[in-house]
Amino acid sequence: MADVLLVDLSRLQFALTALYHFLFVPLTLGLSILIAMMETVYVMTRRTIWRDMTKFWGVLFGINFALGVATGITMEFQFGMNWAYYSHYVGDVFGAPLAIEGLMAFFLEATFVGLFFFGWDRLSPRAHMIVTWLMALGTNFSALWILIANGWMQNPVGSAFNADTMRMEVTDFMAVIFNPVAQAKFVHTVSAGYVCAATFVLGVSAWYLLRGRHVQLAKRSFVIASAFGVASALSVIVLGDESGYALTDNQKMKLAAIEAMWETEPAPAAFTAFGIPSQSDRETHFAIRIPWVMGIIGTRSIDRPIPGIDELVAHAEARIRNGIVAYDALEKIKADRNDTAARAVFDASSKDLGYALLLKRYLPDPRQANEQQIKDAAWSTVPYVPLLFFGFRLMVACGFALLALFAVSLWHTTRETEAPRWLLRAALIAMPLPWIAIEVGWFVAEFGRQPWIIDGVLPTFLATSELGVSDLLLTIAGFTLVYGVLAVIEVRLMLAAIRKGPEVAKVIDDLAPNADPAMQPAK
Amino acid sequence: MIEFLLNYETLRVIWWILLGVLLIGFAATDGFDMGVGTLLPFVAKTDAERRVAINTIGPVWEGNQVWFILGGGAIFAAWPALYAISFSGFYLAMFLVLLALIMRPVAFKYRSKRPDHAWRTRWDWALFVGGAVPALIFGVAIGNTLQGVPFHFTPDLRPIYEGSLFGLLNPLALYCGLVSLAMMVTHGAAWLTFKAEGMVAKRARAVGARSAIVTAVLFAGGGVLVWLGLFGGYRVTSPIVWDGPSNPLIKTVVADGGAWLANFHAHPMLWIVPALGVAAPLLAAAGFRARLEGWTFIASNLGVVTIIATVGLAMFPILLPSSSNPGHSLAVFDASSSRGTLRNMLIATVIFMPLILAYTAWVYRVLWGKVGEKSVEKAGSSAY
Repeated sequence: MADVLLVDLSRLQFALTALYHFLFVPLTLGLSILIAMMETVYVMTRRTIWRDMTKFWGVLFGINFALGVATGITMEFQFGMNWAYYSHYVGDVFGAPLAIEGLMAFFLEATFVGLFFFGWDRLSPRAHMIVTWLMALGTNFSALWILIANGWMQNPVGSAFNADTMRMEVTDFMAVIFNPVAQAKFVHTVSAGYVCAATFVLGVSAWYLLRGRHVQLAKRSFVIASAFGVASALSVIVLGDESGYALTDNQKMKLAAIEAMWETEPAPAAFTAFGIPSQSDRETHFAIRIPWVMGIIGTRSIDRPIPGIDELVAHAEARIRNGIVAYDALEKIKADRNDTAARAVFDASSKDLGYALLLKRYLPDPRQANEQQIKDAAWSTVPYVPLLFFGFRLMVACGFALLALFAVSLWHTTRETEAPRWLLRAALIAMPLPWIAIEVGWFVAEFGRQPWIIDGVLPTFLATSELGVSDLLLTIAGFTLVYGVLAVIEVRLMLAAIRKGPEVAKVIDDLAPNADPAMQPAK
Repeated sequence: MIEFLLNYETLRVIWWILLGVLLIGFAATDGFDMGVGTLLPFVAKTDAERRVAINTIGPVWEGNQVWFILGGGAIFAAWPALYAISFSGFYLAMFLVLLALIMRPVAFKYRSKRPDHAWRTRWDWALFVGGAVPALIFGVAIGNTLQGVPFHFTPDLRPIYEGSLFGLLNPLALYCGLVSLAMMVTHGAAWLTFKAEGMVAKRARAVGARSAIVTAVLFAGGGVLVWLGLFGGYRVTSPIVWDGPSNPLIKTVVADGGAWLANFHAHPMLWIVPALGVAAPLLAAAGFRARLEGWTFIASNLGVVTIIATVGLAMFPILLPSSSNPGHSLAVFDASSSRGTLRNMLIATVIFMPLILAYTAWVYRVLWGKVGEKSVEKAGSSAY
């Protein structure tokens, strides 16, 4: 029986380190591409302003990249440290994409990032541009493999439980790679990273334009960011991972929770634009409902219903009952590995084994569960609706606000008019929005997966290591402290580099040792 | 031929070899980065000297570190139970390694961003910690692996670790930590002699000539401790089923003080590996004195390879012995991934590893040449 506090602390630590890591990754994803695009313009036109732009945004990229790498180290090892049973249970499937990420992507990214910074004098412009593109390619491949791993947690295709090794094993690796949930997530996440970088470049450029500094660099950066931003924001919204929500019971449950659809409605379902969902009442108070919209978005049709929470809970209950059959057969196989009758029963029911494990929250042996415990376990498949409902709406609102900002910016730049000051101020104020949307989006995706760590396969509360609570408290405190200090340093260096502007890439080392110019405000 | 390569038994042995390749790749590349970090306060006194030392590894340490990250991912994918037990069991030790390693990327990148002395000194200490602490703790982990660590599995194969951080820091394990530290310091010194100019190279040469001898003596001493049976040893007593299911509960293992020498007694040819583990650092020591920089670095690499390989050969087919329930020890034949995963991962490795080696070699070639105070100054802000 898992210790509830240990599980909560393990989840808290993972959430903290993942959310923190993901403050830096999206900017790396997008900025690497933007920099490579700028350098390509330089190589094609040989106008040095574009090289200066590449170098300047490269300095900011580097400050951000260092923390992305540093916090990524934690992620690679944290599964083993804090989630030992998870690691044993699904390592056969989940480990492979992580390893291939290292082989195919991170080696590429990390090997060429050094040459990006150190290679300016050692490589021809064309060779350096290729290095930059390889770095950007590696960065984006990284996201692909990480999201293949994450997509499998949401939709565990291509795998089956092996009773001899007591774990999930790969049956079809191609299915794992081409998992539709993973593909949708990859496009959505990478596009969100591009939006993040576009907003960052747009905001910093707007600040220069408002102050009339580095106008040539800022104008060009503003144009490229707004064009890149429109394309990426459209991609995020249109190719959002909505498409994955129809695939599995848990994904359907996530969708129902996000939309606070307590009951199945006749098709096409109404969309609840706003309301106050209540988990205990199992209904949404003060709901403002727009007829038809949800049904059309969710099913791309007007006649197919979207299952509500009540229907999905009933479905879960049936799977729990079948899962108990699987659990019983597995116990028999453990007692006698040659029990062919039990193996036949297990093969027929093993896809619901995970549902029986939900009962371990209430008692050690799922076979002894009473009716009430089965009903409770079925309802435990509903994630906490209010947080998902509001979180999703916040993310979407940020996304549309950014699309509008990029569209207006692009419209002004294509008309070759000076961007009005209100627009520049809006671009500056909008800078936090992508980070809010991205962090909330991660929360909706992963909190919405609960109570599962692997959808329908393994409940989160069973997946931790057998650590002491004091160990967890120590590491949470340690990570929080170190990450907190590093965040402060990072933001200060970033602001100092932005205040200095493009010459930060030229003269920083020529300054007198005690002048500390990086800390002085710009004139 | 393909059939033979892709049967479960062969795949397991291949992945055991690849586990060694990854550990060696990490120690041979990131090892000199950690060695340089450890040596930084001792071989470089002025800021200009420190920048020389740092910039010898500045463009490459990041790629080198991927060997460590890839090692984590590959152990997860190919040896999931090993990944689960070692990292949850060595929890606080691993936490220290992570903190030390987290400081490193930031220190490299941020140190040169501000010119003031206190700022740079702080990051120099971060680089020292980021080099010395992992170098020490990796050795400690190897020392504990040799002695066996206390863990068992429940019938559901849930791993339960029974030890503590202070149990890990026992004298024999710390001894292995010192071997590792001396080896990495020597490797870092060999790199600096090869790559740096001026006082940094001169001081590194002096340190390396001594630390190489220390490495050889400590490693040989470790061999004596194993021979005396102080590290213990574990022997599989049930018949080994090489293509059986990966379930560590269905074999028997006994503690046996002589077991770690059994493979060498069975195959005397293997003695050449530990012999080189002693000889290569001695050659490196001679190289330092003779100022044969390239040869010194090659000898140091040979030392890294053979010292790590010695541990693997001594323990084969055991990966991680359990001191409390020896039967639950992890072995090559019962702790791997499924055949399908080992095969898929091998295909990925065969495709990407040659590419990695090719472009890494290209990058080292582009960066070929000595780093000195003048070249760092000339590079301006593109240098660290």
